[in-house]
Amino acid sequence: MSNVNLTINGGKVSVSGNATVLEAAQAAGIYIPTLCHHQGLAPHGGCRLCLVEVEGMRRLTTACTTPVAEGMAVKTDTPQIQQLRRNILELVLSEHPHACFTCDRKERCGPLDICLRNVGVSERCVTCPKNRRCELQEVVNYIGMPEMTVPYTFRGLSVEKDGVFFDRDYNLCILCGRCVRVCQEVRGAGAVAFTYRGSQALIGTAFGQPLYDVGCQFCGACVDACPTGALVERSAKWMGTPDRQVTTTCPYCGVGCQLDVQVKHEHIINVIPNKDSPVNKGQACVKGKFGLDFVHDGDRLTSPLIKKNGSFVEASWDEALDLVVRSFSKYKGGQFAAIASAKCTNEDNYVLQKFVRAVMETNNIDHCARL
Amino acid sequence: MQERVRQLLASQKVDTGAVIPLLQKVQETFGYLPQEAIGQVARLLKMSESEIFGVATFYAQFRFTRPGDHTIKVCLGTACHVRGGSQIMETIERELDVKAGGTTKDFKFGLERVACFGSCALAPVLVVDDKVYGRLSSGKTKEIIAQHQ
Amino acid sequence: MQTKAFDDIRAHAEKEWEALEHSQKPRILVGTATCGLAAGAEAVLKAIEAELAQRGIEAILMQVGCIGLCYSEPMVDIVGPGQARVCYGGVTPEMVTRLIEEHVVNGRPCSDLALGTVGKGSADGIRPLFESPVLKPQVRIVLRRCGLIDPENIRHYIATGGYRGLAKALKMSADEVIAEVKRSGLRGRGGAGFPTGQKWEFCRKSAGKQKYIICNADEGDPGAFMNRSLLEGDPHSVLEGMLIGACAIGASEGYIYCRAEYPLALKRLRIAMAQMEEYGLLGNDVLGSGFGFHLKIKEGAGAFVCGEETALMASIEGKRGMPRSRPPFPAVSGLWGKPTNINNVETWANTAAIMENGADWYASYGSKGNSGTKTFSLVGKVERTGLIEVPLGITLAQIINDIGGGMLGGKAFKAVQTGGPSGGCLGSDFLNSPVDYETLAKAGSIVGSGGMIVLDEDTCVVDLARYFLTFVQNESCGKCVPCRVGTRQMLGILERITRGEGRAEDIDQLQTLAETVRDGSLCALGGTAPNPVLTTLRYFRSEYEAHILEKRCPARGCQKLVSCYILPDKCEGCGICLKACPVEAIAGGKRMVHVIDQVKCTRCGACIDICPPRFSAIKKVSGEEIEVPPEPIPVTPKKKAAKTEPAE
Repeated sequence: MSNVNLTINGGKVSVSGNATVLEAAQAAGIYIPTLCHHQGLAPHGGCRLCLVEVEGMRRLTTACTTPVAEGMAVKTDTPQIQQLRRNILELVLSEHPHACFTCDRKERCGPLDICLRNVGVSERCVTCPKNRRCELQEVVNYIGMPEMTVPYTFRGLSVEKDGVFFDRDYNLCILCGRCVRVCQEVRGAGAVAFTYRGSQALIGTAFGQPLYDVGCQFCGACVDACPTGALVERSAKWMGTPDRQVTTTCPYCGVGCQLDVQVKHEHIINVIPNKDSPVNKGQACVKGKFGLDFVHDGDRLTSPLIKKNGSFVEASWDEALDLVVRSFSKYKGGQFAAIASAKCTNEDNYVLQKFVRAVMETNNIDHCARL
Repeated sequence: MQERVRQLLASQKVDTGAVIPLLQKVQETFGYLPQEAIGQVARLLKMSESEIFGVATFYAQFRFTRPGDHTIKVCLGTACHVRGGSQIMETIERELDVKAGGTTKDFKFGLERVACFGSCALAPVLVVDDKVYGRLSSGKTKEIIAQHQ
Repeated sequence: MQTKAFDDIRAHAEKEWEALEHSQKPRILVGTATCGLAAGAEAVLKAIEAELAQRGIEAILMQVGCIGLCYSEPMVDIVGPGQARVCYGGVTPEMVTRLIEEHVVNGRPCSDLALGTVGKGSADGIRPLFESPVLKPQVRIVLRRCGLIDPENIRHYIATGGYRGLAKALKMSADEVIAEVKRSGLRGRGGAGFPTGQKWEFCRKSAGKQKYIICNADEGDPGAFMNRSLLEGDPHSVLEGMLIGACAIGASEGYIYCRAEYPLALKRLRIAMAQMEEYGLLGNDVLGSGFGFHLKIKEGAGAFVCGEETALMASIEGKRGMPRSRPPFPAVSGLWGKPTNINNVETWANTAAIMENGADWYASYGSKGNSGTKTFSLVGKVERTGLIEVPLGITLAQIINDIGGGMLGGKAFKAVQTGGPSGGCLGSDFLNSPVDYETLAKAGSIVGSGGMIVLDEDTCVVDLARYFLTFVQNESCGKCVPCRVGTRQMLGILERITRGEGRAEDIDQLQTLAETVRDGSLCALGGTAPNPVLTTLRYFRSEYEAHILEKRCPARGCQKLVSCYILPDKCEGCGICLKACPVEAIAGGKRMVHVIDQVKCTRCGACIDICPPRFSAIKKVSGEEIEVPPEPIPVTPKKKAAKTEPAE
């Protein structure tokens, strides 16, 4: 589709005709706050924080759902918009703990301080696993903390701890619907859904069953999509912000999903599928998302072992490779066979079969995925 | 139960958007939506159970617990509200010792609130099973309950 | 061309109708729409059948829809051979013997029981029904057949002009049909008032082969029943309108989305559709014109929000009825992503009338920019509740005083609520304002689908606002934050105010919340949900202030803010109230002045209802105390003497 030209806050922007106003603003580096929008999901228009003014439209409209048009004039931060956003944010925060903004010790509390209990236990910043890495906090920082004139009500739900990979604490849920949409639209599982309606509406499973009974594959896409602390990986739950992030290829199969591995104190604390990777576009399966903890397993082999006198003995790589090379030259042809691993990349597997056929002069090559 | 649901579903036409009509059929037969039935509808339509549950809980018509032998629906529409519908509701709640949305302990009566029957000119109105009673007072309401006791 | 086929059908239908009109058998018509049934029409019908059988009278017994005079249900019309049709109201099974004896057997209409004559001819001492004050100001276009024909008989519909509009439309080009509808000035009767012809044109011009039309019969507004009555009384008029629309838009499939709470309407629709198929009015080749149209009914499952177009479509698709943002508009991408046109029941019925009688005829009713008529369900505290159809531009006073017969029990008018949970409360300042889209919108209300609830001095508007908020926070789909959370927060404040726990800042806070919900919500449900609060804040602010600052409910409607007292100088110690009290809060004894225990009393009002009017000894007050004895004292004879005088 050809490009269209529009103005946002007076500045000229040219984007593809398929784009939404939100995408156009993002392309132009203009921040519009949003909580329900998520890359890769169809526009939802539920959080209403991305309301913008479009010249000629009667009401304010949501940037995430409005397609761009030639000559459109958009304003994203008029005083009216800012006020309305603050009022809406106040409503969001009336069902989400927000002492992380209002507690007067906020600035003084160090990471190891004990909470002086200025606030109720359900509202403490230290009881939120996403504190300081929370999208809602980012949005509040931009819009400004509204004066809370409506009371906060704690939902009083117990935390759902089904399965070993992540917890669901719907007391922290803001019903943005990202988890539901990613599960239905992208993963096609539909393990969670919007249930009930109106002020009773909540994300949940059929009859409140545990996730493993409703077709959940534990891919963790919902966790990656969640903007708050409602869905959190158990491994990362209380680990805070990572020291660094390493982008790598998933070791589990030949698809080659790109993963952003979050590391703290030289330990993998969490894995987020890379959003920009053309291979997996921010998605992973349960193995890639939750299965990398084997790296730190005490039983993991970290150096080659050579069997000497009936038992394995640790050896250096040089020693081990020398042994392999020496043995290979003795067993060319029919007496040789190789089994490749699905944990290797396609390229590795290709090279291996080439080696077996061309160098080892045999077709005895197989792959564990076939077993 | 499973077998009955299976037979019922087998007799239904399944096309796009069939979820709600199927659930209505199940409720018509069983009086409510048993958990097994939701699972079977889900398998039939190749949808997830949670999605079906999400749809079912959205609509006020569907219930998930066994209903009473008689269902009393009290209209709390605007006209009924203005003409004392909530007093009628209170009277029944007291008479039968049951709250709106609940069922009496002996499963004789289920009590529901309804937004509007469209019989506003005869407000306040209640419906027992399929029979509509209009122009109610507390006394008349008690008589109606007694008739069904 | 199809003309021949339809002419044959018409001739046949007219013959049958003619034969019925001139039948030598007496005809008895019983209104058995839901309102009639609720008032006891079934018992009356059975009594008539029994009476006829017992006397061996051969009569034509017909069940008809609602004529709109719900206050006098159950209604029975009797037509003797060659006589005028006489309409009786408030018929009980006990009256049946006399009606049959005098009117059917002896041919003498009971003028003391009659409401009026219907149609041609006259009867001694009975005035024409349509000349009565309740019907005279009305103009019946969509309701013109309701109560007069058998809604389950397509031939009655055809004989009275039905499907002539369709026959005409089939001979015209689609653009001509749309131009005609545009010229009529018809606007959407579902509430928003968007010009119908223009809406059709958008959908017609939309690219795509497969298009849908939908009839929105999800009348969810509590307090409104116009669409139910119309579907029960004249389903074919709606179906004919849909056919006309489908052929103008180029849609080959249609849906009727009707609430499951309307079983009779659904039944009649199904009968009507089966008859249409039989007569070639539905199917691959409607009336031999080559235009194919198929129709399906979808039963709603109880969700007010499904009256919203995009939610309704989601519901037809089998999803949760959650609205989505527009654009894309349904005319471009609607049901299953195909161009779709949705109109309300009454809009469709109007188009049938417009095509039959012409745009100019239609535009001659109503006012400029607001042509035609609108049906309203006139309910609440008026003498004559019922379904009315009036030309747009009529004043509220005309509706309430002339048609409605004034306030119930002579109480003072306080406000009229239009548009249900999406509308507003307008006070006496608006009594002389015309009822049209713009005027009501400017006042902060809406025409809506046509609910019109009249409130008297005893109705507390704060409590009414609370009622509507309870409704919308329950009916909100939960998708967007302002509606889901905002309405709940507003309800919390209103509940606090009606409990007498309001705070000084509550009014400002309500106003802010209401504006946030109005401006921030995704769909029209949220966008209009604050209207009951905004209008009552605007026009009845002093009532809010009385609740908050004085802890007093001026209308004595808020249970927590009222107290009931038995006036010692009026109580006769009869003990009726004592027995009626559900919580045993009344103490007393024979010939003792009764006393209400204010702690136990729940203010349910049962005692007030039951206290004999000649005593009227119980008084409800708010914000004041009445001095009464602490415990029962003997009734003094002096007071008894005073009481023997005629009651005031």
